[in-house]
Amino acid sequence: MYSLKFDVDVCKNCPTGACLVNCQYLNADQETAVREMVNMAEGKDSFVLQECVTCYACEEYCKRGNHPFYLITEKREEKGILTAPRAITTQWINLCEPQGKYRLGEVKEKALSFGFMPEFLRWAKGKLFEDVMPSFIFGQEFFCNVVYIHFAETATFKKRLPGVIENFEKLGVQEVVFLHDECYGAFAHLAPAYGMEVPFKPIHYYEYLYNRLNELKDLIQPLNIRVAYQRPCSARLCADKHHFVADIMDLIGVELVQREYQDQNALCCGGIFSMCFGYDLAHEVQERNIEDMKTHQAQYCVFNCPACQNTLGSMVAKAGIKPIHMIHLCRMAIGEM
Amino acid sequence: MTDIAQALARIVGDAYVSNRPEEAYFYARDPGLMPSHPPDYVVVPKSVEEIQDIVRLAHQEKIPIVPMGAGLALTGLVIPLKGGIVMDMKRMNRILEVNEKGRYAVVEGGTSQGLLRSHLEKHFPRLRHSIPDSPATATIAANVMIHGQGRLTQQYGFNSDMICGLEVVLASGEVCRIGSPALSSDWFSKGAPMPDLSGLFLGWFGATGIITKIGVKLYPRKKMRDVEIFITDRQDLVPDMVYELTHTEMVEDINVFAQPKPMIFKDNHHITLFFTGDTEEELEFKRKMIWHSLDRFIKAKDGGFMGVPPVMKPTLLDMPQRSVSRFADVKKGGGFEYSGPIIMVDKYPDCAQKILELAEKYDLGYSGMARIIGRSHAMMYGFAFTFNRADEEMMERTRKALHEVSEFALETGGVFWKATVDEQKMAMDKMDPTTLGLMKMIKANMDPRGIMNPGNWEVDE
Repeated sequence: MYSLKFDVDVCKNCPTGACLVNCQYLNADQETAVREMVNMAEGKDSFVLQECVTCYACEEYCKRGNHPFYLITEKREEKGILTAPRAITTQWINLCEPQGKYRLGEVKEKALSFGFMPEFLRWAKGKLFEDVMPSFIFGQEFFCNVVYIHFAETATFKKRLPGVIENFEKLGVQEVVFLHDECYGAFAHLAPAYGMEVPFKPIHYYEYLYNRLNELKDLIQPLNIRVAYQRPCSARLCADKHHFVADIMDLIGVELVQREYQDQNALCCGGIFSMCFGYDLAHEVQERNIEDMKTHQAQYCVFNCPACQNTLGSMVAKAGIKPIHMIHLCRMAIGEM
Repeated sequence: MTDIAQALARIVGDAYVSNRPEEAYFYARDPGLMPSHPPDYVVVPKSVEEIQDIVRLAHQEKIPIVPMGAGLALTGLVIPLKGGIVMDMKRMNRILEVNEKGRYAVVEGGTSQGLLRSHLEKHFPRLRHSIPDSPATATIAANVMIHGQGRLTQQYGFNSDMICGLEVVLASGEVCRIGSPALSSDWFSKGAPMPDLSGLFLGWFGATGIITKIGVKLYPRKKMRDVEIFITDRQDLVPDMVYELTHTEMVEDINVFAQPKPMIFKDNHHITLFFTGDTEEELEFKRKMIWHSLDRFIKAKDGGFMGVPPVMKPTLLDMPQRSVSRFADVKKGGGFEYSGPIIMVDKYPDCAQKILELAEKYDLGYSGMARIIGRSHAMMYGFAFTFNRADEEMMERTRKALHEVSEFALETGGVFWKATVDEQKMAMDKMDPTTLGLMKMIKANMDPRGIMNPGNWEVDE
């Protein structure tokens, strides 16, 4: 079984405890943060194992490359501490089990991966994607399965991810543009953290969109709108690509409002919170998040993850803010929507 | 044409009577598993007077007569077991009155659920009735006659609890009004404060009379409606969960289902909750109350609310649920039947276990589905199996499984819903003999010549 490459000495020498000090859902000062991380790394109990809400953000807060969230997940699993109700975990494991119902386009060396998100089958079209499409990959057989870290269920992705990597390899792809952070993060960062070799180059779709927009620069009409950005949990798995949000907005003439809950301070959409913990936490966070968008007079809320959009889309719409996915925003900028 | 056919043609016109084999074939069966039996005549009346004349003729000639709605009960209740006349009520489909402030409608005996629904949506958007999950062609009278359930059943009981008067043609051909319309022009009660005579007809499957008009209670229709699904892997906790949910008095309808396919539903029990509101605030308040009512199960990790994607909501909010029809064709042969005993909610774990055992024993596709009746007063638990109509061996396995369900239901304290003839016999065998004697007396007096849907609710000597 694959195991996490984690160095407890890195935490012991950590001067900041940034991973937990910055957490928006736990209350830990620097001394507590360092102590608890070491406790967990050494296999001891910690309140963090009981109270972590699985927002993934500590992966980004840690600047020392030591994967605190993966560690928390591993230790929870070892101790049998459930994050989600069992039925929710089971449902997700069943839902994403390969069943031979995957869909492939005309796959070439470079391909788009839609993971297991059917929205992208409809959304990935037009000039932005014409140099790759119809080379696409969709289905459980190509799904990263990283979502299970929300459920402290690393066994499932450790079991499935090597097979997924093998499936990609069989297609002969050299470069894969992932339209979801979690999949990109899986192949770019999580797989290496667990010692899995990835035989193709993963590309984040923001990077791809940015480059395509530059190629299509003549078509861009500045949108002159104010948008709030809803950063997904999985963006924390590939924080190095987050700068493309601002880069793309600059390119298409969109003002990204400087609100409280963005970038490192981003709040979860609440979808996972609802499933795992019930009404109160999810709705408190959602209300705070949307109020922040309203306070900063955002006209649109731009989503990266379709699941976030499913969770929060109708709520922001009721607040008078138009929900839109990044792909649609970019297509709007080149006159396609 | 025979003399009887000619006599029927004189009553309803040539176009609305048939003794031809093609019609007889169609009216000999329903979509379920019961053996077919052809009628001698099919007749489609348009008025109460025509029905009276037909019944008088049947009475005089001692010909069986079987009133039929859309024929969707699945348990063979409109199959003419002893031949005779099948009376198709579909031309009796007028909506005679909607009293908005009194919240009731009066419709003819062949009026479909879909027709009343669309009429209300168009002309009375603040009113609704309890829509069952049968196809929209199902008739209101037939659904009430079988004590059907619908979207408002969790709040107000069986659909037959939501009626406010009947007009019935008796076996003698006389017309009789039941409830407030017996002495008033207003349809507001099926009985109270007088003796409630509606029980002489409801649940009798047409064996005591033919409903020609029916008063249907209407209820507030809120502007918004939403759905949540709570899932659990603890079937033993489902009754407690339902108890907490019904305590909120915030839920419109509660259905519980468990089935192995598609994969998203495997291994769990799904409590589907519908709720309504006139404003966002009302809807959100109810949502909050509903979620909080199950907090202790969430904290114990025994269940949680699944994320219902927006794309799934229209299907769930659809009335009636078309997914039932899709389930019916899982085996690609269009066969679907369920046995749906009315049983206490605390028997849910036993029912859920039993359907698993039967599906495995008989190698059948299945879905277990429960609709909560009243504030957890009871539930209809549907043991549903799909089969390929072209596969007689699979149909036989399904029959055996359903027979075991019937035995199980009785043993577990349940009562058959829309009982097949075999189940009627099983029920009467188990029934308190004094009650059975009373039923016999009623049937003998209401239908002395034994012409009304014979074979059903016949008390053996």
